[in-house]
Amino acid sequence: MMYLSEQERELFVKALEGTLMSHERAVWELLLAARPDVREEFTAQQTLKEVIMKLTFTKPPEETWDRYWANVYARIERGLAWLLISIGGAVVLSYAAYSGLMELLNDVTLPLVVRIAGAVLVFGLAILAVSVLREKWFTHKSDKYREVIR
Amino acid sequence: MTPQDLSTEAEWIRRCPRGEKKAFGYLVKRYMKQAYYAAWSILGSHEEALDASQEAFVKAYRAIDSFETEKRFDTWYYRILKNQCLNMIRRRGKNTVALSELIETDSEPPEDSGADRMERERLRRAVWSGLWKLDPEDRELIVARDMLNTPYAMLAELMDCPLGTVMSRLYYARRKLCELVKQEVG
Repeated sequence: MMYLSEQERELFVKALEGTLMSHERAVWELLLAARPDVREEFTAQQTLKEVIMKLTFTKPPEETWDRYWANVYARIERGLAWLLISIGGAVVLSYAAYSGLMELLNDVTLPLVVRIAGAVLVFGLAILAVSVLREKWFTHKSDKYREVIR
Repeated sequence: MTPQDLSTEAEWIRRCPRGEKKAFGYLVKRYMKQAYYAAWSILGSHEEALDASQEAFVKAYRAIDSFETEKRFDTWYYRILKNQCLNMIRRRGKNTVALSELIETDSEPPEDSGADRMERERLRRAVWSGLWKLDPEDRELIVARDMLNTPYAMLAELMDCPLGTVMSRLYYARRKLCELVKQEVG
C-alpha cells in the first residue's frame, strides 16, 4: 500500500485543490517525479474529484422551503404539548394509584394478604419510578458527552 | 458571512430564550438549505434529511440557553444535526438508498460521442454508488468539500480539528472511494 507522510498528504490534497504555494509546488513536483505510485493515485483522485464536482443535488420542491419554518415551529409547539401531557398524565396516574391503594387497603372484604400484596406492588413501582428518574437526571447533569454517539 | 450578519444573528439568538420564536425563525430560514443538504449528504434521502434537519433545529431551540453567543451558531447547530443524522442511521440499521432518488447530473457536452457519454455515465454511476458505500462521515466530508464547496477552514471548525487533520481525512476518504470505484468499474 502506498505510504505518504503527513506533509506529503497535505501537499497531495493541496495539489488536488490547486492551492499549492510556489515553494510547495517544487516539493510536490519532485515527489511526483520520484514516485510513480503517487502520480497514479493523484490521477485517480483527480478524475474522481472532477466527477464528484459535476454531480449536483436533486433539488427538493420549492414548497419544501416555504413550509420549512412552519414545520419546525409545529414541532416546537408539539414538544411543549407532549411535555404538558406527560406532566398531567403523571399527576393523574399518581393520584389514581394512590386512590386505588387506599381503596384496597380499606377494603375489609378482601383477604389481608391481597391488601398487603397490593401495597407492596405500588411501593415497588414507586421506588422503580424514582430510581429511573434519578438515574436519568444524574446522567443528564453529569455526562457532558451525552450528545455524542457511542 | 459579514460581521454585520453575525451581529444580527447574535441579536436573534439573544431573543430566543425570551420565547421569541420569530427570532429563531430567522435563524432557521438562514440555515435551512445548508442544514438540509448537510443532512442529505449523510442520510441520502429527501424525507430523512428534512426530518433530521428540522428535528435538529427543535433541539437547538430547546438548548439555546447553553449556546455561547461569541461562537458561531452554524457550527454549534451542525454538531446537533450530525448526531441526529447518525442516530437515525443507527436506528434504521443500514445506509443505502435508491440511486434513482438521488442522482441529477450536469448536462453533457454536445461534442461527446455516444461511447464517451456512456463511459462517463458509467463512471458517474460508479462514483455515486461508491459514495453511498462509504462510512457516513467520509461521505459527508467528500460531499461537503467537493459538492457543497465548503472551505477548509469551515470544515476544520465543524470537525473541531486542525486543518492538517481535515486534509488527511479527506485524502483517506477519497482513497477509499477510489478503491470502491475501481471495484465497481472493474
